[in-house]
Amino acid sequence: MSQNQSDITTKPKQSSSAFNDPRVRGAVFQVLLVGFLVWFGWTIFQNTLQNMESRGITTGFDFLSNPAGFEILMSLVPFDSSDTYGRTFIVGLLNTVLVSFVGIVLATILGFIMGVARLSQNWLIAKVATVYVETLRNIPLLLQIFFWYFAVLQPLPSPRKSLELAETFFVNNRGLYVPAPVFGDGFTAVVVTFFIGIIASVVMGKWAFKRFEATGQTFPTFYASIGLIIGLPLVVFAVLGAPLSWDLPALKGFNFRGGVQIIPEFIALLLALTTYTAAFIAEIVRSGIMAVPHGQTEAAESLGIKKSVTLRLIIIPQAMRVVIPPLTSQYLNLAKNSSLATAIGYPDIVSVFMGTTLNQTGQAVEIVAMTMAVYLTISLTLSVLMNWYNKSMALKER
Amino acid sequence: MKKTMSVLTGALVATAVTAGAASAADTLETVKARGELICGVSTGLPGFSLPDEKGNWTGLDVDTCRGVAAAVLGDATKVKFIPLTAKERFTALQSGEIDMLSRNTTWTHTRDTSLGLNFAGVNFYDGQGFLVQKELGVKSATELDGASVCIQSGTTTELNLADYFKANNMSFSPVVYDTSDQTVQGFAAGRCDILTSDTSQLAALRSKLDNPDAAEILPEVISKEPLGPVVRQADDVWFNIVKWTLFAQLNAEELGVTSANADDMLKSENASIQRLLGTNGDLGEKLGLGSNWAYNAIKQVGNYGEMFERNVGPKTPLQIPRGANALWNKGGFMYAPPVR
Ligand SMILES: N[C@@H](CCC(=O)N[C@@H](CS)C(=O)NCC(=O)O)C(=O)O
Repeated sequence: MSQNQSDITTKPKQSSSAFNDPRVRGAVFQVLLVGFLVWFGWTIFQNTLQNMESRGITTGFDFLSNPAGFEILMSLVPFDSSDTYGRTFIVGLLNTVLVSFVGIVLATILGFIMGVARLSQNWLIAKVATVYVETLRNIPLLLQIFFWYFAVLQPLPSPRKSLELAETFFVNNRGLYVPAPVFGDGFTAVVVTFFIGIIASVVMGKWAFKRFEATGQTFPTFYASIGLIIGLPLVVFAVLGAPLSWDLPALKGFNFRGGVQIIPEFIALLLALTTYTAAFIAEIVRSGIMAVPHGQTEAAESLGIKKSVTLRLIIIPQAMRVVIPPLTSQYLNLAKNSSLATAIGYPDIVSVFMGTTLNQTGQAVEIVAMTMAVYLTISLTLSVLMNWYNKSMALKER
Repeated sequence: MKKTMSVLTGALVATAVTAGAASAADTLETVKARGELICGVSTGLPGFSLPDEKGNWTGLDVDTCRGVAAAVLGDATKVKFIPLTAKERFTALQSGEIDMLSRNTTWTHTRDTSLGLNFAGVNFYDGQGFLVQKELGVKSATELDGASVCIQSGTTTELNLADYFKANNMSFSPVVYDTSDQTVQGFAAGRCDILTSDTSQLAALRSKLDNPDAAEILPEVISKEPLGPVVRQADDVWFNIVKWTLFAQLNAEELGVTSANADDMLKSENASIQRLLGTNGDLGEKLGLGSNWAYNAIKQVGNYGEMFERNVGPKTPLQIPRGANALWNKGGFMYAPPVR
């Protein structure tokens, strides 16, 4: 380094040479480093495969097209033991995505409620929220999963002694059974109207905003949107003669048939992931709200703005800027923590693919690599989405 | 400067990785140098491998390991047992964490040919069966349509189950757990109607229930499960040792040599017994072991019949009759090649 610097000072003319341009040099070194890392990684990978081959361990990805030969408890796509190992990957992946997605949505809602509640002026509400956060945050997640699964859900009665609600909903130690919708002819029309309603609401919202800017007149956008999105499809539904029926669960043989079964493994994992992550989100929300200067509230008060409106339109939007980055990492945590599923037998990607499939084929390196790629992809996708949302929420300098 | 250094270190590491690849598989030397055999067993399965409160392991699979330790090291107690779940067992052996696997493991085509492992024989002929809650009133496995089934992940059980239900046009929901304790707990709590595993283990698992009388074993046996010790492929010396130690214990039973009479048998006139106990010939040397290798295994651990009676036989809580596991000349499948 110092050598080059003195070169520059003693022979200023040479500095025009490409190599002395710090940007070019930087780029060259970075390319070299990346090239080296790729070579390094590739060598290790090849080496491993070669060593395994020489020890008689089968390698490669051919196994993905072989029949799996085992069944899976829960699958969002049709699956049967004659399907391939490749399909077990899809089944596991979808189950992971499902529990992560639902978990993120519920944890966000619960977390925001708890975060705001902790700041409530009502002593009881604030205390309840504090106890919630401090308890759940400080108990290891795996214990909470076990608690829900072994202590809450498994002691439920057997299918023959199910708890029921109006012979429609059933709860027992095999899960929760709810009616499954059966769509009749013409139901598509209802769905289409629903989407038309959404588009119309967006357009209407834009129009109402413009009119408000121009004339100062307000428009009941909220109620009009509800009318468009829910009312309109309901009208179409009624006109078409209600093309929807319900398939009710009923006890046949050992278990319930019909309806939708939500397995206890899913419920336990979802409850644990949601309540645990919500405790962290609550803290993030609370700190975000506290980060908004008190002057903002005072200013709103002196303008005579209602408390609820102040929170919704003034405090929360500003707090969001502080909240989003740490919120993103909680989402990532939730997605990754969902791999604890294997402890209670929820068929996520770790349990199905890195568990059973790996054990039946013995192709550990390939399967572990694929599973890692899945978590990496889920995490990167979440990060990109949240960064994009963060940008759109960021302070716009005018 | 720092960058150059780290790049250099990286390159060095890379060459090290490339160069150190071909480490020879010499398990015998490793075990001798260590003075201890490291053996992979189950996390706890009565009759096969189970630790007591003091950490002493007992069982048929445990005795299989002890026999090898006696043959190789001259001391059946020089074994370290590593408890493994069904999912962990093969990786533990492939990676060299254990010297041999003796964990009620079924010998199958795929396992033998694609894992880089070799099965060194069969120490128990088993088959898969079902344990059901009595209150369901099921009398045969063909009445199980629609049942929920508790199984352990990473077992042949998982595959046989799917085949069996498919062949009989029945549906089921598999509830898959990692350990046998969880599987039993799931069954006990009523998460499943049936628990399935190797029949030898069903009796043991049933005994773990709070109320064993509430469950019964169905008559059907739906698969072949030859269980036996496993070693790494491409280490033929070690493979032979594990294989022939088990054969020696089987031959000992056939020849009437037991732990109690082994010393007297040293004076035997029978040529087979002489070769087995090393008073004549060099069978031990051919394995790379001392001439008293089989004597040690038999004297310290016993012949196969003794191992069976002690751990799983009619006088144990498992009460398994010899049946398929009797010697070939007593109506069973147990057959060891001759000692010569
Ligand atoms: N023989 C079968 C099944 C072996 C197996 O893992 N059986 C279970 C019975 S539930 C067991 O031994 N579990 C004891 C443990 O996980 O330590 C195989 O090799 O795949």
